[in-house]
Amino acid sequence: MYARILGLAAAAACLAMPVFAAVALSDAAGSYTISPSGSSIRFTIGKAGGGGFDGAFGRFKGTIRIDNGDVGRSKVDLTIYPESVGTGQGRIDAFLRSDAVFDAANSPEIRFRSTSVNRTSDTTALVTGQLTARGKTFPEKFTAELGGLKAGTIKFRVTGKVLRSRYGMDVGTPLYSNVVDFDMTLTGKRG
Amino acid sequence: MQASITNTATRYGWAMIVLHWLIGIIFIGQFVLGFVMVRIESQRTAFELIQLHKSFGFLLLGLIILRIAWRFGNAAPALPASVGALERRTAPLAHLALYAFQLALPLSGWALVSVSTLEIPSMPFNLFVMPNLPLAESDAAESFWAAAHWYLAYAGIALVALHVAAAFRHHFWLRDTVLTRMITASSKDRAE
Repeated sequence: MYARILGLAAAAACLAMPVFAAVALSDAAGSYTISPSGSSIRFTIGKAGGGGFDGAFGRFKGTIRIDNGDVGRSKVDLTIYPESVGTGQGRIDAFLRSDAVFDAANSPEIRFRSTSVNRTSDTTALVTGQLTARGKTFPEKFTAELGGLKAGTIKFRVTGKVLRSRYGMDVGTPLYSNVVDFDMTLTGKRG
Repeated sequence: MQASITNTATRYGWAMIVLHWLIGIIFIGQFVLGFVMVRIESQRTAFELIQLHKSFGFLLLGLIILRIAWRFGNAAPALPASVGALERRTAPLAHLALYAFQLALPLSGWALVSVSTLEIPSMPFNLFVMPNLPLAESDAAESFWAAAHWYLAYAGIALVALHVAAAFRHHFWLRDTVLTRMITASSKDRAE
């Protein structure tokens, strides 16, 4: 009787555990290619007087590699094509693509290469890496939260703040905040 | 004591003189800035010049309100005796029109930024956020106010040119005090 109660308690404890803790790292380990369907890279920049403006990059590519034994050795590579920026306002898009901001004609790619991944909880990790835009490279940090893993598909929500002035994109400050808030959903497909 | 802050029966006071030249210089500067900023190739420079144009526009609006208030409380000096009957009737109309343009230009610019679908905030000289006028935002309204601001600018600068020509006519041809009394409040010069 006592043993049965103990057994039930153990089963309840297992159910109460975070879902992803149940995912063995060896199950998640592997290389993933970021799939445009199911992925999005959105950003928000605050405006003086309240509100802000939102945008998204339509085209990007990348890989996520989760190390079998050591999460810290996992890697994320992401390339964004600033030409594909969209805000819903054509004149703002043209401005962002121009040499006032991205200079997409001369700097067609924004790259992020992770240098370290530190697990912060069962489902979250701090990803540190080098961000290169307009020929300038600085270390940046993003928080990645595992959103799902099934049938060779892994999903992360990645958020972080980037100071645009460091990349020669300070136009419009202080009217528009120097801080760019990124909110990405990255869906990787194994292989 | 000949020079005073307020206007006298025959002379402009320093307050009116300073406001006149300050507004005149900014008004012409704004026309040049507006002309350049919409033609410049660099989008970044254009953006920054537009924000500068907005800053000076709000400064201009403040100065003009101050000027109109000052003018209401402080009658302009009488025209010198040398001024003919026709001019005596038309000059006040020209001056009224100049005041109307001074007011209409910054207001139409403010309306333009308020209705613009670009929703760029206004922050005069990066000091504070200037709220928008309570006007509905739309592409059509933006086109309307852009055109209104453009026509007012060209008509206004034409009126300023006429005003300058009239001042030179008074000074070099009629040789009266109409120009000099807007330069100094002191009256130790030509006969009035």
